[in-house]
Amino acid sequence: MTFTANPPKAIPEKRQITTKPRVSDKIFRGVLTVMSMSSLLILTLIGLFLSLRGFQAFQTQGIGFITKVDWTAGVDGSPDTFGLGAMIIGTLIISATALFVGVPLSVLTALFLTFYAPERLKRALVTLVDLMASFPSILFGLWGFIVLMPMAEYWAQLIHKYLGWIPIFGMPSPAYTRSPFIAGLVLAIMIIPIVTSVSREIFNQTPLDRIQAAYALGATRWAMIKAVVLPFGASGVVGGAMLGLGRALGETVAVYSVLNIVFKVNFQVLYGFGGNIASMIVGKWGEASLTESKALLAAGFVLFVMTLVVNLLANFIVRRTVKTGK
Amino acid sequence: MTTFASTNSVKPTKPWKVTKRQLIPNFSLLIAAAIATYLVVALTPMKGKLAYVLLFFIFGTGFQAALSWSKRGKSAAVDTLAASIMMTGGMLVFLPVVSLLYTTVVKGFKGLRPQIFTHTMESTSYSDPLTSGGLLHAIIGTLFLIAIATVISLPLSILTALYLTEIKGKASGFIQFLVQAMSGVPSVVAGIFIYAALLLTTNLRGSTIIGALPLAILMIPTVTRTAQEVLLLVPNELREAGLALGATQWKTVATIVVPAARNGLITAVILGVARIAGETAPLLFTLGTSDKINWNIFSGGQNALPYYVWSGLRDGTEGGLQRAWTGILVLLMLVLTLFVSARIFGSRKVK
Amino acid sequence: MSNVSDDNNGEDMSTTSATNSLSSVAAQHAAQRQPGTAPLGSGLEAREIHAWFGKHHALADVSLDFAAGTVTALIGPSGCGKSTFIRTLNRMHEFIPSAAMAGEVLLDGKDIYQPGVDVTKIRLQIGMVFQKPNPFPSMTIGQNVLSGLKLAQIKSPKSNDDLLEECLTRAGLWSEVKDRLGAHAGGLSGGQQQRLCIARSLAVNPKVLLMDEPCSALDPGSTLRIEDTIGQLAKTMTIIIVTHNMQQAARVSDYTAFFLSDGGPGSMIEVGPTNEIFSRPKDERTENYVSGRFG
Repeated sequence: MTFTANPPKAIPEKRQITTKPRVSDKIFRGVLTVMSMSSLLILTLIGLFLSLRGFQAFQTQGIGFITKVDWTAGVDGSPDTFGLGAMIIGTLIISATALFVGVPLSVLTALFLTFYAPERLKRALVTLVDLMASFPSILFGLWGFIVLMPMAEYWAQLIHKYLGWIPIFGMPSPAYTRSPFIAGLVLAIMIIPIVTSVSREIFNQTPLDRIQAAYALGATRWAMIKAVVLPFGASGVVGGAMLGLGRALGETVAVYSVLNIVFKVNFQVLYGFGGNIASMIVGKWGEASLTESKALLAAGFVLFVMTLVVNLLANFIVRRTVKTGK
Repeated sequence: MTTFASTNSVKPTKPWKVTKRQLIPNFSLLIAAAIATYLVVALTPMKGKLAYVLLFFIFGTGFQAALSWSKRGKSAAVDTLAASIMMTGGMLVFLPVVSLLYTTVVKGFKGLRPQIFTHTMESTSYSDPLTSGGLLHAIIGTLFLIAIATVISLPLSILTALYLTEIKGKASGFIQFLVQAMSGVPSVVAGIFIYAALLLTTNLRGSTIIGALPLAILMIPTVTRTAQEVLLLVPNELREAGLALGATQWKTVATIVVPAARNGLITAVILGVARIAGETAPLLFTLGTSDKINWNIFSGGQNALPYYVWSGLRDGTEGGLQRAWTGILVLLMLVLTLFVSARIFGSRKVK
Repeated sequence: MSNVSDDNNGEDMSTTSATNSLSSVAAQHAAQRQPGTAPLGSGLEAREIHAWFGKHHALADVSLDFAAGTVTALIGPSGCGKSTFIRTLNRMHEFIPSAAMAGEVLLDGKDIYQPGVDVTKIRLQIGMVFQKPNPFPSMTIGQNVLSGLKLAQIKSPKSNDDLLEECLTRAGLWSEVKDRLGAHAGGLSGGQQQRLCIARSLAVNPKVLLMDEPCSALDPGSTLRIEDTIGQLAKTMTIIIVTHNMQQAARVSDYTAFFLSDGGPGSMIEVGPTNEIFSRPKDERTENYVSGRFG
């Protein structure tokens, strides 16, 4: 009799758990998957059609399409010049003005609503901000043109009078109407709801234990906000501001109503002309030849890419903030 | 029993609540600030509404901060200063909302007569006196556009949202990313895209159905994101209960999940409609135009409320602007109705 | 019904007598303490404290004196109101919007709930350490310790370096972090973070330190280190600690108060020197609890 030890047992393979979905579920999942791809399809088509139809402009103008500042459709066979430079710079200047005015106001409002306003007032004001987000942009255009512009011209005069020594507030000749400053103000008002609500959402998520820790150390409300809320919410506010920027870049009719569009680079925000891609497309559309229309589609492609990049960056920042809590 | 009695006799108090009496010094200082503002404006060359507002803010905040300083020291003064700035910032934000609503109602009301709801611009030009013409055609056009855009975007959005919440397939992250990317597409880009795709090289002309296409594109991300939020609120137990009963996933979603989220899904659609009802830019490229009612959605131009407002604004005459204000008032009433109904449905998102 | 009220009656009496006896016991006890740890002025007194959350009466009629330089442990099962009670002592209770209270809390004989009292000054004198370590993640270890000075905009007579070393030493953390004061606080272990929070509270030089279950989120080793720290701190300040852990109460405290709720508002059943509460409690319910029969 020999005793043989049991050979060591091999560790069993993990069982694969598979379910065989029923036919109805297969169809269900198939349909949902296909349908969910519709956004991919639409985005691809937008990029594809705008770039293809605008290809001629990119081809003839080359890099000049983005860098040149002149936009003249050739008459009687003379070559066209389509340069979007002034419009791109103008769009950025107006959006920057909007952010410069709108973001601080939004952050103050969000802080006020989150940490200062009594419950009832808070609910009323939040509703008002949400309501503001649902106003049609043509309303902002009309209101900006009729109500805001006269006031804003006066403010612009004051700014020029006292801060005119700063180059961007300079004024070659008194022309305060339809300036990038006024367009920026209208856009600032339009982006306030989105920036405010994103900031508010982030501030609301400030960990309570940190807030309490600050208060327990004898902090006043403002000291607490400075030490806890702002460091926590900073990147979220940046994300919210970028979402606002995405909106400001693409806004059309509101800007068109209050901006004097000229194909010339203007860094003096108070001075009465500027550039804006979206409004330029609308403005030129009516009397554009086929060639020019194609150039306008190319301009739309540039705008599409700009907003896409800004929005994705913004969403990335906001989502990361919400997830990590930092 | 005695203990209970003595317990009940103790009243809950909130000693940290600021009483009216404690606010008397603050109020008196506000009045003092108002007087100081008035005096400064009267005695110095600073003039105008802006001067009043600015000086009152400076004096008011300064006085309050000084009061805090005298009572509790520097950190309290800084706190008061911060609070005052935030409150002012908040108020500054609400001024435009109030002004927008006020101006629209006051200016739009003048042109709001019954006849505009029964007449079109068929035999009227924008500069004509307001006693003729109306915006019936624009209202009908807007309703058409909303209906068509909803019919197109609703299945796409809800099914995408269901994919994201129910299937959670491998592509979920990517789809989510795409939906977000879509929500950033500027309305003018949606408009010229449809133009480039359908009108530029074909014999097609702008019509109601083509005008509704860019609106559908703009509507999809709004509806998808709201629907997704709502579907996530449906408790998982409901889904498990359905599956545990042997129902297929399809049956569970169709008979349990979607009905449970019904109100929320309606809210999603309403928010989507509110998003597009006032869109102007895409219509400029795709709608064509019409001065009268056009019942044919496939051919011939169409009008819409925002387009009507746009035309009035571009017309620039007194009559045109008046028509624009009245049009925007009607449009705003539509948007407000949508907003309020979204709130009502939204308040009970999941049954 | 009558049974309950009888119980309450008894409890009331025991509470009152306990409070009275405590004052004298505390005085004796303080006198017995080592020379060099002189009393730091009168301590903290809670008078007939009630607390509510909305309509819910969470805590009823608690009167308790905390003599200077002693450690008092508050024990009792969950929901007995001990955490609510400790939060009324430095006015952290009022951060819950529905909260209300009645009664007085006297610090150096003055009611901290008096209208016009600057609540931030109160919290500077009565520090608090929370259940979960909550250092400020955006600050370094050093900045965390000094954050209280910055938050309240006060200056310490000592230089920052001295203060850092002193507070971290008192909190028992100095040797572990002295070489990385510039590192972010998030890199510390849970126990180290909690000691950092203690050091942070010490920097503003409070008279009283409230600790709300400071060890409940920590491993046994870290718990022992914190208990050691508490023992060291008690020489110079008044400490009130809420704990679920009866052994901890027995190890660190001079006095123990037992809280209980019979479904109604929580209240204090019994208070006394810790060894008495654990060896010969007067109330049957206290005995049941400390012997582990419930809770």
